[in-house]
Amino acid sequence: MTNSIPEIEDADCIFVTGSNTTVAHPLVAHRIYRAKAKGAKLIVADPRRIHLASMADVYIRQNLGSDVAMLNGIMNIIIANGWHDQTFVDERTEGFDKFLEVIKNYTPERASEICGVSVEDLTRVAELYARSEKSTILYAMGITQHSHGVDNVKSLANLAMLTGKIGKPSTGVNPLRGQNNVQGACDMGGLPNVYPAYQAVTDEGVKKKFENAWQAQLSGKVGYTIMEMMHGLEDGSVKGMVVLGENPVGSDPDVNHVKHALQSAEFLAVIDIFLTDTAKLAHVVFPATAFAEKEGTFTNTERCVLRVRKAVDPPGEARPDWQIICDLSTRFGLPMSYASPEEIFREIASVAPSYAGLSYERLDKGPIPWPCPTADHPGTPILHTERFARGKGLFHAIEYRPPEELVDDEFPMQLTTGRFFPHYHTGTMTRNSPSLHKEMPEGHIELHPADAVDLGIKDGEYARIVSRRGEVETKVLLTDQVDRGTIFMSFHFMEANANVLTNAALDPICKIPEYKVCAVRVEKLDATSGATAAG
Amino acid sequence: MNLNFVRTTCPYCGCGCELLLEVLDGKLVGTLPSKTNPMNQGKLCIKGWNCHEFIHNSERLATPLIRKNGNLEPASWDEALDFAAGRLRELKEQHGGDSVAFLTSAKCTNEENYLLQKFCRVGFETNNIDHCARL
Ligand code: SF4
Repeated sequence: MTNSIPEIEDADCIFVTGSNTTVAHPLVAHRIYRAKAKGAKLIVADPRRIHLASMADVYIRQNLGSDVAMLNGIMNIIIANGWHDQTFVDERTEGFDKFLEVIKNYTPERASEICGVSVEDLTRVAELYARSEKSTILYAMGITQHSHGVDNVKSLANLAMLTGKIGKPSTGVNPLRGQNNVQGACDMGGLPNVYPAYQAVTDEGVKKKFENAWQAQLSGKVGYTIMEMMHGLEDGSVKGMVVLGENPVGSDPDVNHVKHALQSAEFLAVIDIFLTDTAKLAHVVFPATAFAEKEGTFTNTERCVLRVRKAVDPPGEARPDWQIICDLSTRFGLPMSYASPEEIFREIASVAPSYAGLSYERLDKGPIPWPCPTADHPGTPILHTERFARGKGLFHAIEYRPPEELVDDEFPMQLTTGRFFPHYHTGTMTRNSPSLHKEMPEGHIELHPADAVDLGIKDGEYARIVSRRGEVETKVLLTDQVDRGTIFMSFHFMEANANVLTNAALDPICKIPEYKVCAVRVEKLDATSGATAAG
Repeated sequence: MNLNFVRTTCPYCGCGCELLLEVLDGKLVGTLPSKTNPMNQGKLCIKGWNCHEFIHNSERLATPLIRKNGNLEPASWDEALDFAAGRLRELKEQHGGDSVAFLTSAKCTNEENYLLQKFCRVGFETNNIDHCARL
């Protein structure tokens, strides 16, 4: 996030898109409620009529995958009415002319035709967002999980720069990270193209620095992304894999493909707290510790570094993950020894400039947001106040591209995916928690009542969902939260997992799979097969 | 009876609410929200309130496992670590470091993520490391 969570409550206008905030980030939703109570305007743009939509001042339901066209249309309207911030554009940004060329082609009428939102509604959104003083954008996986996810994110950045709604309190472009430590995993260099603190592996100077720090020979070649690893396992270029606390069988699109890939591995090691579907395929499994059993830090979506502390001992012979990695590395022939997570953190601070001023001693007094370059620096809740990381903010000229997989006669409906409130990710933790399991013991799809009539399916009955990649059987709940022609499903339930169906088409730049749109067919199950699905 | 409270951070979503784990005689019995954290200010969602529940689940892995004759069977730490380290060394020697790939975790700590990417980059001279941020 460019700004902190508490700031949201002082915004004048909150634009939420592709985030089912009340479910996925309840404590962010709480700030939205407070802002509303203080008089803020709420704009929600989501193909699904999520709970927040019911309290929005303007709710627009764009067609699945049409975000770029919608946002370009909104920006066209802002410019046409002179609602943009020319001073900010002149002083802080570049690339505006090229951007303008593209935006010109997205007349309100054309944008409206592509995204399915009326010109009138697009205009209301444009005016509310641009003319409120403090406007903030909140988005999540509904924006990024597309084959054109990077385009969507850049379009949101364009919108904020165009109107100067960035670098000030209660503004900004704010991605809500799904998992607790996604931010930290990225910060730590858990990515194929960067070392810790986003230092590029392809930069000779950076490579030298890390070769010195680690006393090692390093590769300057960008590595494989997760989906490329899976393809590599299948074509034999990748032979072995080590998986730490992840369950790609289940969380990756096209489960059958991922399973096949992992089964092709000559060697698979998994470090986890449960025997997940991924661990079941491993050659060796190491029992690890859960959050309550170890010391360390997490970094939340507002870039705050927070302490994790040990409360209880792990079960049986389970060991802290950091010790497992040290032992494995040492026996492999690369001796690694640290006395404690705190010692590891000191090394992190020495190589990651944005963490340089942080220490356990400081964090024990409370969370601190990075960048925190020195020991006396208070941390940085708001990014880009004076300048952008690259100097000037760059406008990107972005054309709309339709989603990869369109509906046809055989697969006439669209499937989109997300979370349900009591559960989390592949359900490994929440479904093993009695209170959360009770809230929602089995998976289901959401189907529009009118579609249900056409298909002859009643509320609570079972159906088979078929895509080009696989099929699942699951319960059907009728709701107008989804639009006609669209169904919604989660990936919390391994026995009825949306990712058996989803499309692995990737965004060409960041390689995010297209979870949010794929074509499916819904078939009514007769009573007997329904009973099996229920059992 | 020994009751104490340990301040820590919720393991679920990216909000990062701080909370207090209630520990009775070495077992987790409850969760309370932190009142002093400026972000969650004494509040948690349903997941946070119940985040202690999966910890003592009987399905938790408690011993290393090695695949023998097709099945995963309990093994000692020495056996499991030597087996894994040996296989990884063989793969690197026979096919080069790029033949091995690492998935690190958006659920693990910064320290653990840092170590795994260091093991990957230094031990195998490859940048084949990713995680599920895209997912
Ligand atoms: S308590 Fe709820 S809102 Fe807070 S971090 Fe945990 S899951 Fe997120």
